[in-house]
Amino acid sequence: MELTGADILVRCLQDEGVEYIFGYPGGAALHIYDALYKQDKVKHILVRHEQGAAHAADGYARSTGRPGVVLVTSGPGVTNTVTGIATAYMDSSPLVILSGQVATSLIGNDAFQEVDAVGITRPCVKHNFLVKDVRDLAATIKKAFYIATTGRPGPVLVDIPKDVTAHKTEYEYPKSVSMRSYNPVTKGHPGQIKRAVDLILAAKQPMFYTGGGVILGEASAALTELVRVLGYPITQTLMGLGAFPATDPRFVGMLGMHGTYEANMAMHECDVLIAVGARFDDRVTGDVSKFCPNARIVHVDIDPSSISKNVPVEIPIVGAAGFVLEEMIKQIKASKKQPDREALAGWWKKIDEWRKLNCLDYDRESQLIKPQFVLEKLYELTAGDAYVTSDVGQHQMWAAQFYKFDRPRRWINSGGLGTMGFGLPAAMGVQMAHPEATVCCVTGEASIQMCIQELSTCKQYDLPIKIVNLNNRYMGMVRQWQEFFYDRRYSHSYMDALPDFVKLAESYGHAGLKIEKPGDVEAALREALKQKDRLVFLDFITDQTENVYPMIVAGKGQNEMHLKPCKAVVPTDRELA
Amino acid sequence: MRHIISMLLENEAGALSRVAGLFSARGYNIESLTVAPTEDPTLSRLTLVTSGSDDIIEQITKQLNKLVDVVKLLDLTEGTHIEREMLLIKVTVEGPMREEVKRLVDIFRGRIVDVTEASYVIELTGTSDKLDAFIQAVGGAGILETVRSGVSGIARGERSLRV
Repeated sequence: MELTGADILVRCLQDEGVEYIFGYPGGAALHIYDALYKQDKVKHILVRHEQGAAHAADGYARSTGRPGVVLVTSGPGVTNTVTGIATAYMDSSPLVILSGQVATSLIGNDAFQEVDAVGITRPCVKHNFLVKDVRDLAATIKKAFYIATTGRPGPVLVDIPKDVTAHKTEYEYPKSVSMRSYNPVTKGHPGQIKRAVDLILAAKQPMFYTGGGVILGEASAALTELVRVLGYPITQTLMGLGAFPATDPRFVGMLGMHGTYEANMAMHECDVLIAVGARFDDRVTGDVSKFCPNARIVHVDIDPSSISKNVPVEIPIVGAAGFVLEEMIKQIKASKKQPDREALAGWWKKIDEWRKLNCLDYDRESQLIKPQFVLEKLYELTAGDAYVTSDVGQHQMWAAQFYKFDRPRRWINSGGLGTMGFGLPAAMGVQMAHPEATVCCVTGEASIQMCIQELSTCKQYDLPIKIVNLNNRYMGMVRQWQEFFYDRRYSHSYMDALPDFVKLAESYGHAGLKIEKPGDVEAALREALKQKDRLVFLDFITDQTENVYPMIVAGKGQNEMHLKPCKAVVPTDRELA
Repeated sequence: MRHIISMLLENEAGALSRVAGLFSARGYNIESLTVAPTEDPTLSRLTLVTSGSDDIIEQITKQLNKLVDVVKLLDLTEGTHIEREMLLIKVTVEGPMREEVKRLVDIFRGRIVDVTEASYVIELTGTSDKLDAFIQAVGGAGILETVRSGVSGIARGERSLRV
């Protein structure tokens, strides 16, 4: 039987096992929406802005490992998703974005709601397609899911003109896909792995440095076993948190600009660096000429272009993290050589000295709510078991520093692109995927306002997200940089004219709580977490002067950290009023 | 260093802009670029000339290989190869210059393909250096227009770029 393109598209999603799609209808997508209406296998979540759809699908993907699916209309529908697509691209998150397009006969005519979707998204997708013939539709959708989820994952956009969704053809979903121009690696070169193992076992001051690739590659168990077998210290990037349990003493904290002193110093002094699924980002390396000066580097990555991009590597291994790590475990267990326990004991002694500095300490006697305190309490009260999404800025760094993630896919944040507005819609996707789980969105009063309209979506679908708003009335990270590098000229970083978040939450049909004293933090969190069936907006009025420490100033070396919090001179609300 | 990178591309709409977009997005140079279908109509062959340190060239080839539309890639300058570029040049030629320019064309083994009372159109094929040298030599005559095809190339001997 012949089906319309719209019906074929929906059948493809069903056959792909897609549970939810996040979207927003419009003219060019109406045939598709009609096809969705006629079935109930694929559930559509109606967002309030297409950016929210992309972030929600992204949150779904990051928390499950399955691809997130977005459906939007042409023109503004698809341009609104661009920030979300770029966010997914930078963090290698598998998304499939289906966008309506004007009819093929109108393409290029500046038609109503026409935009060159393939052209606009080209630099921020792994690949994209324009389907011009309904007979190509099913095969293209198959390819889109295949490309999005294999190798180094990423977003794939499929642009579908309206007439293609109306035309009819026979439906058959391809069982498999093979592309001569796309063959992602699945293993890793055995010779290189052998060389790496020899180097790793000969190390005196070894260090693991792992990133989001371990999570994407489902390699957490292998990484954890390998690190424990060897007894080596490990640091993780912002994107890698949770791959190795944070409560294990071998974890020395996150590294990089706002990483711990011990992690950065250990990086600086290590003699063998084992990098897995991490990409030597500038926020990690600081000045590359001063990066790990004594280290011989092994780098495991599925993307060859990530290897030796910023820092030259001695032993590159292009391969899937899980395969390579398991192979390493096998070889190490079979090897006659063992790690140098004596050298290792000395190395740990050094690291423990650095640890003693207690670099994340903050003023616990403060009369004002310290954001770090809120996150410590959140960690305690959720027993470290919540899914935590965040927006971007100071609160993001504090969440990364103070919430100890023991499991992968629990920490969901925009690391690469740094997208404010990501947290709330991402939390929606996470909560859809894990309806019983505690999902917290750690945010700030500036970030949350960038996608605040999604509070309405949360109401419609009864998503009991806990919003932890660390409200310091500033774009905190911008303010921090202005304090340090712009002689305290706080140009446009004060958030004036804020709404009453409690009333705002209430007007959307949620609960809101405003917390102004440190003594009330715990009770408020307890109260919010108790409410399993409703969204609670916790508006914590925090200390405006707090800065994120430690800090490596951009362009400095890893061993040149600022540790001591200097008292910030920040105009308070009252002075600004 | 100058590199000639040649690749087989899926003959799909937008494939060329993926390659061009990669270069502009990542700040790499393109000195010249040519593209045309091969004997297999599903494949195009694209040849580009770029320059950069070894690290940059390594990144360029890795990033190009990552593009889904790039089927296969070869850095011709890594081995012995033949490089050709075609030049069409229109020059004003009057009086004694007519003979002089014709002699130059013979020396460079070019051909005059169009003649008017006041001008020649000359066709010349060779390496980019040779074309540069010719343009310099003919500079005395007034150059009205130059058109260069961009570099094409092929590896010598056994080395081949094929699927």
